[in-house]
Amino acid sequence: MGSYIPATREERQAMLQAIGLTSTDQLFDVVPETVRVKDLDLPEGLSELEVSRKMADLAEKNRVFRSVFRGAGAYRHYIPSIVKTVTSKEEFLTAYTPYQAEISQGVLQSIFEYQTQICELTGMDVSNASVYDGATAAAEAIFMCQERKRSSVVVSGAADPQTLAVIQTYCESRDVPVTILPVDGCATDPEALKSVLTKETAAVYVQSPNYFGVLEDMDALVAAAHEAGAKVIMGANPISLGLMKTPGEYGVDIAVGEGQPLGMPLSFGGPYLGYMACKQAMMRKLPGRIVGQTSDAEGRRCFVLTLQAREQHIRREKASSNICSNQALCAMTASVYLAAVGPRGLRQVAETCAAHAHYLAGELAKLGFSLRSGEKPFFHEFLTDCPVEPEKLTAALEAKGILGGLPVDGGILWCCTELNTKADMDQLIAVIGEVLGK
Amino acid sequence: MSIIPAELKYSKSHEWIKEEDGVFTIGLTDYAQSALGDIVFINLPEEGDGVTAGESFSDVESVKAVSDVFSPVTGTVTAVNEALLDDPAQVNEAPYDAWLIKVSEVSDSEELLDAEAYEAVVAAEEA
Amino acid sequence: MKLLFERSRSGRGSALLPPCDVPAAAFDQGLLRAEAPRLPEISEIDLGRHYTELAKQTHGVNDGFYPRGSCTMKYNPRVNEEAAALPGFTQIHPLQPAETVQGALEVLRTAETLLCEITGMDGMTFQPSAGAHGEYTGLLLIRKYHQSKGDTARTKIIVPDSAHGTNPASATMAGFKVVSVPSNEMGGVDLDALRKAVGPDTAGLMLTNPNTVGLFDANILEITQIVHDAGGLCYYDGANLNAVMGHVRPGDMGFDCVHLNLHKTFSTPHGGGGPGSGPVGCKAMLEPFLPSPRVKEENGVYSLYEPQQTMGQVRSFYGNFLVVVKALTYVLTLGKEGIPEASAGAVLNANYLMKKLMGHYDMSYNTLCMHEFVMTLQGLAHDTGVTAMDVAKRLLDFGIHPPTMYFPLIVHEALMVEPTETESPETLDEAAQVFLDILAEVKTDPESLHHAPHDCAVGRPDEVTAARSPILRYSFEG
Repeated sequence: MGSYIPATREERQAMLQAIGLTSTDQLFDVVPETVRVKDLDLPEGLSELEVSRKMADLAEKNRVFRSVFRGAGAYRHYIPSIVKTVTSKEEFLTAYTPYQAEISQGVLQSIFEYQTQICELTGMDVSNASVYDGATAAAEAIFMCQERKRSSVVVSGAADPQTLAVIQTYCESRDVPVTILPVDGCATDPEALKSVLTKETAAVYVQSPNYFGVLEDMDALVAAAHEAGAKVIMGANPISLGLMKTPGEYGVDIAVGEGQPLGMPLSFGGPYLGYMACKQAMMRKLPGRIVGQTSDAEGRRCFVLTLQAREQHIRREKASSNICSNQALCAMTASVYLAAVGPRGLRQVAETCAAHAHYLAGELAKLGFSLRSGEKPFFHEFLTDCPVEPEKLTAALEAKGILGGLPVDGGILWCCTELNTKADMDQLIAVIGEVLGK
Repeated sequence: MSIIPAELKYSKSHEWIKEEDGVFTIGLTDYAQSALGDIVFINLPEEGDGVTAGESFSDVESVKAVSDVFSPVTGTVTAVNEALLDDPAQVNEAPYDAWLIKVSEVSDSEELLDAEAYEAVVAAEEA
Repeated sequence: MKLLFERSRSGRGSALLPPCDVPAAAFDQGLLRAEAPRLPEISEIDLGRHYTELAKQTHGVNDGFYPRGSCTMKYNPRVNEEAAALPGFTQIHPLQPAETVQGALEVLRTAETLLCEITGMDGMTFQPSAGAHGEYTGLLLIRKYHQSKGDTARTKIIVPDSAHGTNPASATMAGFKVVSVPSNEMGGVDLDALRKAVGPDTAGLMLTNPNTVGLFDANILEITQIVHDAGGLCYYDGANLNAVMGHVRPGDMGFDCVHLNLHKTFSTPHGGGGPGSGPVGCKAMLEPFLPSPRVKEENGVYSLYEPQQTMGQVRSFYGNFLVVVKALTYVLTLGKEGIPEASAGAVLNANYLMKKLMGHYDMSYNTLCMHEFVMTLQGLAHDTGVTAMDVAKRLLDFGIHPPTMYFPLIVHEALMVEPTETESPETLDEAAQVFLDILAEVKTDPESLHHAPHDCAVGRPDEVTAARSPILRYSFEG
């Protein structure tokens, strides 16, 4: 109904007159007559009240589960109330990429803080300002490792399937050969890795905790890859890094991951956040925006987008990545989240996730849901067998208001976070007991 | 007015060349560094890499631009001035000391200019 | 301004979680990190004030005029934000069963239908998360199409020299070689150069129209015909769609696929550099290759499916879903009349502002423009030493975000101005006056302009030192 144009009809007429025209149509005289739109098949515009109702109706057609035991790449966590307050500030929301440093110190500093936090979390030296999501972060990291004589990549089959799919698309377009390692008991076998490494292997991608929640034998995998002269890219859930050994401690070359758990709601898959961090030696290969500290003529500390000669707007077809817009506001969200929870809070979140998952795994085992990963350590997800058809079970859970684990390979991939209380888990177990007739 | 030492040879694309016993040392001229502005990073080839006359072997980054550096000769890189990786400003400060690479086994070369001829090239570009 | 880490005091923080209600999980020591990450420890009030201070040093559309060319910094309606914040959208898992997310699937399908109508396309994916990501996806469609015909010789993408840097970079990422064609004197495609450039190795052409100098290329039908005759496909970069939406459709101009920037044309906020959304639309013959999954509707029931010859995925799940919710809210609000009205308003505002500056500043093209125009300060720089950069920096002192500088590359000392339709005439009048006042300063005190801005929190940063000796994180060691 409106188009957010402030000028009234009379004002617009006066403006037309000022530029020597009489009608709006004349503005488009240059467009060939044959292709001018005659009748646009769109609905009539709506008032704000009407559109609010319409969108609320659409939202209501979705079912929000109070109890969620599903992860598989998207995780429901508690989001401290200050996170939304900060990130909905209209200055942050409505600003462009901070090219004009003098009036963008707020955004620039927040990215610098984010980069520092990601380095601390991962134990790496340098972080960029974010990419689209964890899957594209993994694909971009593979491109970072391309050398003249080494171009192929070995990817753990236990990585997130969304990530695997994106890696395959990206690598195919650049003719990067991809070898996917078979999964052995929900984990990556270092011996299997050794058997496929060659002189052409540029990089190995491993995710830990992996898709099945298992903490991989990173020491052995990193040693094998480095022995063969390949770089190692590790995907890691950032929440797990509040507790678990970091990519930096494992000695990997690049750390990437899905940053959504750091304060972003599930949102049906996006906007999410791809984080990327690397060792100092690879700094100039890192794609995307990077903020650096410097000073102005008066010696005042300030921040600025830097190392720009890597980027597409300067290097054009020779740039290693085309990324331009990233997920800046999501990076700020992660930064506020990490500041709000602090080091102890993050550890508590991680510990609670793991504790809940281990409790649930124990309770499920009593009902015959045995762990497919055996004795291997896991973080907050785990794959179990399912005594009945998995879809039948999850449907029964949905009827009780519970979004159960995700049916995967005839079993179920369960996830717990700090939000799945003991009471919720006990209720889940009770409902499953009913379904199984136990 | 840019400095053009008489004892060196030059390419039209603003590299200087010094030949000693079949080893060609290549750098950027004073005119080139001045046109590029503050250089912030130099991507260099590796020892053992081949270079081809008329083709790019390196690029030089300023804050808002990147420029190719062309090899005036075809041959093999035998030395790389790695000090430039940490301190690219040397190219701005002392362009004729801050060599980029040394090339041996030279099989081909484009026509190299003497100082006088190069001065004419620079004068034409400045006009 | 202090950094978060400089505000940190050991032991501070908020009580966010209750104690764990089950026994702790036992891990081998070797699996645990040796030291805690040095995250800030900070009270909620200090955290709040920290970001309030940062917000004060951030200039958004809501802070003032933002005529950044090629970025379409239009107003971001609040109702869009409210819609995207509905729990029915934010609290749903991407892997919920389809029957529990019918509303979300309907959002995607409806947005697809409406945006296909606006662009003249047959199908669309929302997986790409930004414009460059959309370019990449669109080029993969072209690649897959030629491959499916066994036409593997088509390895080159033609890009005008006036194009945004993402175009050639995306072509490289998608495995193509880039052929750059020069522009004609009006910044448009040089038809002769294009005819010479096309051939049996041509995979396609990437083009914005209006082009990057803000002019509509009236030869567009001939251009797309030349490429089609050579067996190539035509890709429309939707960066400048805000000039023409509702008046002419890329599909009718001969384009085979298109990406949109929902964060430009469709009013979703830029967020300081994202999240954006770069949906890709295509003609029917390219639909089988679209990323998976797609949404379909049968008898009012929505579901996901994998296209037969899909390129796979270019991102996890369905892209930046909440951004699509915002854009849909916008399209539904504007509707049939509002969409063409918005673009007409954008073109009117650009021409009005250009007219006010003409005769004072040199325009690179003295003709009616579309939604943006490019000024060249080459003459000014030559006569006075004051550059486009100096003028841009001085604008900051007046609370105006500068136009895009030094782009497109084919115009020297360029300032590219895009006012958008959501600015009132008096805002344009005031901005024009500021531009003229700065010009007066150039005459009286050119030296001071080299040091602008004078009234911002910081002056021009030393970018050379930043790039030569990068400091990319806070050092706890001081």
